[in-house]
Amino acid sequence: MTAPPDIARPTKPQETFVLNVGPQHPAAHGVLRIKMTMDGEFVTRAEPILGYIHRMHEKMGENRTWAQFLPNTGRIDYLSALHYNHAFVGVVERALRIEVPPRAEFIRVITSELNRISSHLVWWSAFLIDLGGMTPLLYAFDDREKLLDLLEGVTGSRLTYCYFRFGGLCNDIDDSFIAGARAFVAQMRPRLKLYRDLVTDNIILRKRLEGIGPISAEMCRKYGATGPVLRGSGVAYDVRRAEPYSVYPELAFEIPTYPAGDSMARYLVHMAEMEQSLRIIAQALDKLPAGPVMGKVPRVLRLPPGDYCFAVEAARGRFMVRVVSDNKDIPYRVKLRTPSFSNLSLYEEASRGMILPDVLALLGSLDLVIPDIDR
Amino acid sequence: MSILTTEPVRLLLSLVCIMAFVGLNAAYLVLAERKGAGRFQRRPGPNEAGYGGWLQPVADVAKLLSKQLIVPPGTDSLLFRLAPLMVLSPAMMCLAVVPFSETLVARNINVGLLMVFSFGSIGVMAIMLSGWASRNKFAIISAARVVSQNVAYEIPMLLVVITLLMMTGTMDLNQIVRQQAGGFWHWNFFKVGANPLMPVTFVIFFICMLAETNRAPFDMAEAESELVAGAFTEYAGMGFGVFFMAEYANIVLGCSLATVLFFGGWQSPFGLWPGLLWFLLKLYALIFTVIWVRWTFPRTQFYGLLNLSWKILIPISLFTLLLSSAMLKIFHS
Repeated sequence: MTAPPDIARPTKPQETFVLNVGPQHPAAHGVLRIKMTMDGEFVTRAEPILGYIHRMHEKMGENRTWAQFLPNTGRIDYLSALHYNHAFVGVVERALRIEVPPRAEFIRVITSELNRISSHLVWWSAFLIDLGGMTPLLYAFDDREKLLDLLEGVTGSRLTYCYFRFGGLCNDIDDSFIAGARAFVAQMRPRLKLYRDLVTDNIILRKRLEGIGPISAEMCRKYGATGPVLRGSGVAYDVRRAEPYSVYPELAFEIPTYPAGDSMARYLVHMAEMEQSLRIIAQALDKLPAGPVMGKVPRVLRLPPGDYCFAVEAARGRFMVRVVSDNKDIPYRVKLRTPSFSNLSLYEEASRGMILPDVLALLGSLDLVIPDIDR
Repeated sequence: MSILTTEPVRLLLSLVCIMAFVGLNAAYLVLAERKGAGRFQRRPGPNEAGYGGWLQPVADVAKLLSKQLIVPPGTDSLLFRLAPLMVLSPAMMCLAVVPFSETLVARNINVGLLMVFSFGSIGVMAIMLSGWASRNKFAIISAARVVSQNVAYEIPMLLVVITLLMMTGTMDLNQIVRQQAGGFWHWNFFKVGANPLMPVTFVIFFICMLAETNRAPFDMAEAESELVAGAFTEYAGMGFGVFFMAEYANIVLGCSLATVLFFGGWQSPFGLWPGLLWFLLKLYALIFTVIWVRWTFPRTQFYGLLNLSWKILIPISLFTLLLSSAMLKIFHS
């Protein structure tokens, strides 16, 4: 809700006060600090202050070999580690022109989409906690638990995966994974319906989200916002379709978009994306070819001099790795373009004049992962 | 026996009993709430302390009591200490006039209902004081919210109660219960002959009660994802514990009032054994509903909450008031 005209009067500086939300605040989902200038309950300016969890991933990338940096990518956005793996192996494969076996590409897609669902489930439950609904968390984590068990079986870890390798995967999937993934797809569809009935259609939730925190497509373009934020503003931009990579062109799926641009639109985009991911997984499991999961890769990785980049559609939007090589075994420069950083940039403009609960609902709807912002 | 029935001794005993009742309820409703939340969330809830978690409240209270009471520098220390006392005492005072059974009532006064509402308003002041005295920005925002919320919800609640009073013609709570004798169709909730909107008035009463006790989905005072712990942010140890107890004491009071006013108090639904048993059954059924609502719904937005009261509840309750006075005039004069 924006300020009614009689309340949204121009305020003198001495009538406002500063409220520090974070870095240790329940709504910040991590060490994000937002310095809010408040006029009563109305926020006149919300300035995000970053850097509390800066770990210099980009600098680390310039100090170690290509293979040594790969595990770092899973720790940037810890909720969608496989997409970040994918972007980094993708850039190296593109530079060295490594052929990836089709089976490996299909498995990459299957595991990435499972990872996307688990990331969206975490976002969904955390967002509802922001709105004061505690119970959905336990339901969502019940489903996520099955996902994590599945992914643990093939990748060996439960959160910060490092499964993809330059040229393929570190190990093949087995029949139990395929059966488990099929079973998951079958049981997740009715669960999504349950979530729609229990939560999405709840009148309190709709009143909280509809029309709140509108973000226009223009604003998204200005700040480079991508992912569900951009698609919630009605722009059908998805890296999987716009700059096709892996085997996504062979799979049928839609890009869910909602034109309203409010928090509800972003919410619905997330929910629809989970359905689309299930669709992709089901198709990829059907089409899964036999064969090796590792291509031919030179023993020592040394990228030819040049400037390379590779983008993927991570759970939060466009993640791009750009590397500059000067023909050494370590990169000359690594640049990580993370979606949360750009999505947060529009926060100051989008939150102006809203009241405190709505500002925090807007923050939740942007689906931020703080280590992804700070890197 | 004679000394027990003298008035001062009886009053003292009743007071002790009420304090014990409030204390036990607060302690074990916390456990019930956590167990209930566990069930709604597909987990067992606390089950380590004692058999099935039955000693959990004891452990909680021991922990809270052993903590240091911190009065942060810069606070108004007198008001800061006074607020927890002021928040708990009104609920206890009000319970003195609630009839648990025909004879089990601490002090039967003929303006009982008026007393409940006048004392009930003090609790708001206490939360406001705690927020104000804390000198914490989150606490002050919370205090301001609590006041506007309570002002907004007191009005429809009182309108509903006036509607009811026109039917009963008395403010004596025990008298109101006696009027509802003889089967559940005589309860005020089902008295659609006097006012066809009686169930609606109960729903309004229940919503207002949730808002007055600052319970979800109207828990603006301690909206933890916005205001950390709201007005109680600066309180530590038992200071916080007392606010917690007061919340449950207010729930008990609100649900007892709902039982007395709408569900026939200690009257039996079938004429079987009227008394304490039925009162407690109805009371805890309502309390369960309160817990159920909390763990099912997300929090409302603050302006949505105020709009609900001013734009929906107050017009409806004014309409029911007019309707029942019109019906009284037509059918009973």
